[in-house]
Order: sequence, then structure tokens, then C-alpha cells
Amino acid sequence: MAAPLVSLDDVTVQFRTDRGWTTAVDGISFDIAERDCVGVVGESGSGKSVTALSLLRLHARGTSRFPRGQVRFGGQDLLTAPERDLRRIRGRDIAMVFQDPMSSLNPVLTVCDQISETLRLHQGLDRATARRRAIELLDLVRIPDAARRVDDYPHRLSGGMRQRVMIAIAIACRPRLLIADEPTTALDVTIQAQILELLRELRTELGMAVMLISHDLGVIAEFADRVIVMYAGRVVEDAPVDALFRSPRHPYTEGLMASMPALEGGITRLYAIPGRIPDPDEAIAGCRFGPRCRHAEAICRVAVPELLAIEGRHRVRCAPRTRATGGL
Amino acid sequence: MTELALAVPAAPAALAPRRRFRLMRRLVGHRSFQIGLVLLVLLTFAAILAPLTGIDPSSMKVRLRFRPPSQAFPFGTDGFGRDVLTRVLYGARVSLWIGFVVALLSGVIGALIGVLAAQFRSLDALLMRIMDGLMSFPAILLALGITAALGPRMESVIIALTVAYLPAGARLVRASALVVRELDYVLAARIAGASPLRIMLRHILPNSVSPLLVHMTFVFAYSILAEAALSFLGVGVQPPTASWGNIIAEGRDYATEAWWVMLFPGLAISLAALGLNLLGDGLRDVLDPRLKGPG
Repeated sequence: MAAPLVSLDDVTVQFRTDRGWTTAVDGISFDIAERDCVGVVGESGSGKSVTALSLLRLHARGTSRFPRGQVRFGGQDLLTAPERDLRRIRGRDIAMVFQDPMSSLNPVLTVCDQISETLRLHQGLDRATARRRAIELLDLVRIPDAARRVDDYPHRLSGGMRQRVMIAIAIACRPRLLIADEPTTALDVTIQAQILELLRELRTELGMAVMLISHDLGVIAEFADRVIVMYAGRVVEDAPVDALFRSPRHPYTEGLMASMPALEGGITRLYAIPGRIPDPDEAIAGCRFGPRCRHAEAICRVAVPELLAIEGRHRVRCAPRTRATGGL
Repeated sequence: MTELALAVPAAPAALAPRRRFRLMRRLVGHRSFQIGLVLLVLLTFAAILAPLTGIDPSSMKVRLRFRPPSQAFPFGTDGFGRDVLTRVLYGARVSLWIGFVVALLSGVIGALIGVLAAQFRSLDALLMRIMDGLMSFPAILLALGITAALGPRMESVIIALTVAYLPAGARLVRASALVVRELDYVLAARIAGASPLRIMLRHILPNSVSPLLVHMTFVFAYSILAEAALSFLGVGVQPPTASWGNIIAEGRDYATEAWWVMLFPGLAISLAALGLNLLGDGLRDVLDPRLKGPG
């Protein structure tokens, strides 16, 4: 396997709060290969978005810091690279689409202005060329009547259309990695399917890697090749999509699977994992999931389990589950 | 993180597009905006067409002093026999010009200071403490001091009032820019690789100025009043150049005998202030989503 496109190594993100520095993301490590499609799942507050933003170092300076870890991209560590280099990478090599298309577009600029902004920043296109390119991009994201739509202001577009525009902006410079942070959460179910389909097609057409963040296991199952499950700022499981859905190994992942409604078998009470996701400040010795875990053992409350491979590319952060395979 | 993002559309600035779309129609249909606009247009035309009276505002006819309003002198004459109507019309040029320039300058400079403070946090403390310092003096006192120092000329009045009204505008813009800079489209611009300066000018500033527009109409009105006060105190625009303030100041000594000398410029000031306030109210109703009524 060739060198990965992006490689996160022990990435840790802390935010300043009234009570000192709080760790939101704690030692995340994973790789994204060229053309890879990685799904990241987890509850709200598990650190999915924080991880995504740290890939481009977009957290506010002064209130956030990276005490350790690296994000390697193209021979550079993005966590320490000069701001100037980062600005070149943002939008050109790594682009991002996020959750709420209603607030992601500047209300006072036309669609054309916003798409051409990236093009003109990174490719130095003149106004006319950028406009032509913007129309092509709108076509590419299947917006009907692109030549007319290009001059619309965002308020004239529906949520689904705006998300398509956001995608058009993101892919404008043919990035090698597209981070999609809950791109369908704010949309209707039918539109969700269309947007996912679009992302899938674009991925093949443009040959880019995609990191899809979602808390919807259905979306992930449909879209991703590989799934990373996050819990309380840590990766708890990292596996190929089939393996994960066939045989989840981490008790938390099992819980997530169990709490999905089944299509068949009538209406039953849905399973819920007892307890709630801990506050980032909460001191929990050992495994962060330990207090909620049905299978917790003595070891879980003592040592922080490591993320270990159990078979092939399937990695799990659970002491009891990895013991059998010679881990620890 | 995700819940936060969901809450964002409720922020006022995010509603700007829909407001902008209907802005003109809503403004034109707004009663107090209509009245304010008509008043201001009338006053502006009166100021522009002042030479049509065919009388020199400074020409003195001592034999005709203190004539009460009549057919020949609709607003009467003052202590030097000058036509008060003509002086009020020429005074409108000075007073409205000062108001307009002060509103514009303090607005533009205030917006820049505000958005700089919001975008570049290291400048925030410095800029805002300077603004606080300026705000700690009553505006009129500050303006009085500055005109006294710069000498009583129209330019000094403009500079003084601009400095005096600057901090409020800067604070307004800073406050709304602080909200706007946290919105998703600003993050989107950063992700696209835009520089902080570009983000400030292209994404934050245009979305932060609507409260300032309303504020500027009021500054316009305050400036006219403040100019009148400064001229009345003798540090404003100097005679024989007429401004509404110094016509009143000159008429002050004869207020009991020749009431018309003070009344008409006073009325002009009131009308201008009324018009601007109505205009500002209308603008605020249309720009501020929280005040959106059935109208």
C-alpha cells in the first residue's frame, strides 16, 4: 500500500474553558488513503467534528491547542505548518462541506461569487473564466438551469440546492480529500439520498478521498468503505464497513448497532445504551466507556485500553476483547 | 458541536438574504419611512435651490431690520436686515452637509474599527479602550473641546462630531461582527483558504452593517442638533456663513421682540431631525427581524 494521503497520529485537541484546558479529542490516530472513503460515527460530543476541523487547523487560536500529535499531509505536519501554507492547502487539497447548508453560504454574495472565490484564490482565474467554471461545477452537482442559477443569491435556493452549491464550492479545485461533516443531517430524507448519491458519483469521477462524518449508521453503512467509531474523544473501533456491521467488536459499537430500529420484526422498544456520554472534564480512570459497559471488567477501570488490531485492518480499543488475540 | 450548528440559522445576520430581497418593497411601503423620506427630500431640494430666491444671504439692509414675516419677507428679517428665509435655506446647505458628512465618516470609520476589533482579536482591547475613552466624555463636550482646539470652522465641526459619534458606531459593528464571525459561512470561507483580511472585508463586514445603517440616520440627526448647539455656543460655523445653529444664536438676543429669527431655523432643525428619525425608525423596522410586524 502506498503512503496514505493524510495520516493522523496521536492528534489531541484541547480547548480553554473556565476550569483550564479540556481535552476534546484524545490521541486520535488513523490514516486516510487516496480515494479512500472513511466514515466517522459517534454521538454528539464524541469529537468527530473537532477531529475534522483539526485536519485543517481551523480551531480558534488562543482558545485551542494541540499538546501532541501530528497530521501529516504531503510531507508536512498540518498542526505546525505556517498559516500561509495551510491557506494554500485549505480549499485546494482538502475541502469541507458541513451540516447546515442554510447558514454555510454568505447571504450577501451570489452563488457565482462564492464558487469563484475558491477558484480565484487558488487558481488565479479571471472573473469570466471563474464564472464559466462555476456554471460547469453547478452542472456537475446536478443543479438544473445552472447558467441562470449561478447569479442567484442563496435565499433563492432550497436546502438541498444549497448543499449542492456547498459541494460545488468544495470540489471546485478538485481536492484530494473532501471532508463531509454531517452533510445530510439537516436535509429531508429524500434529499439526503440524492446528496449521498451525488457525493458517491463525484468521488468516482474526481477520484478524491472522502471523510464522511455522521451519527447516522445507515448513511455510513451505505457510503463508507471503512468506519471509525468515536466515543468521548477517542477512536474505539476502526474497521472495514462489512466487518464492522457484521461483527462489531467494541461493546459501544454493539450498543449502537442494537439501538438501530430493525426494518422487520414489528415495533419493539428500541435498545438504549444506559447512561450518557461523559463530559470531557469528567475524570474516568481506564476506559472512557467503562461506566456504561455491560462487559466491563476490573482491568477496564484501571488501564486505558489501547487501539489494537484484532484481525486484518480491524482495530478495537477494548481490553477484554483484544486480550484473546494476543494484544496488550 | 452539531447542536450548536443547528442553532445558527436563528442568528439575525443569517436572515439577511430574505430581508434584503424584500427590503425595497417593505421600505417603500413603510409609512414613517415615507414621511421621513419626503421631509428630507424637501429639505434637500430647498437647500439645493436656495439661490432661486435671488437674494444674497449676507446682504444687509439696515433700514429693513426686524421686519416681521410678510409677503416680501415670508420669514421676516434679522437684526442686520437680512432675509431669514434665504438664510435658513443657505443654512440648510451647511447644516445638512455637516450632518451627512459626519454620519458617513463616523459610520465608515466606525465600521472599520468595529470589524477590525472583531476579526483581529489582538487589536480588540486597544481599539475598544480608545473607543471607551472617547465615550466617557459627553459627545457635545468632546466636540466642544475639539472645535475649540481646532478653531471654529466647518471642517473642525465635522472632525469633532465624527470623533464624538465614532465610538457608538464602532461598538455596534463590533457587536454584530462578533456574531457573524462565528457563522458557518465564515468558517466555510476559511476552509476555502481565504485570508483573514479577505474574510473580514468580504464576509463579515457586509453582514454586520445593517444596525449601523439605522444608527447612521440618527447620527445624521444628532449632528444637525449638535452643530446647532456648537454654533449657538459660538464655536461652530462662524457668521456671516449661515447655519441653522448660528442663525438661532444671532437671534437669541432679540428673542422677545423678533421671535421669527429663532423660530424658523428652529423649525427647520426640528423637521430635519423628525424626518431623519422617521427614516431611521423605518429602516430599523425593516432591517431588524425581531421587530418584524404584520406590516
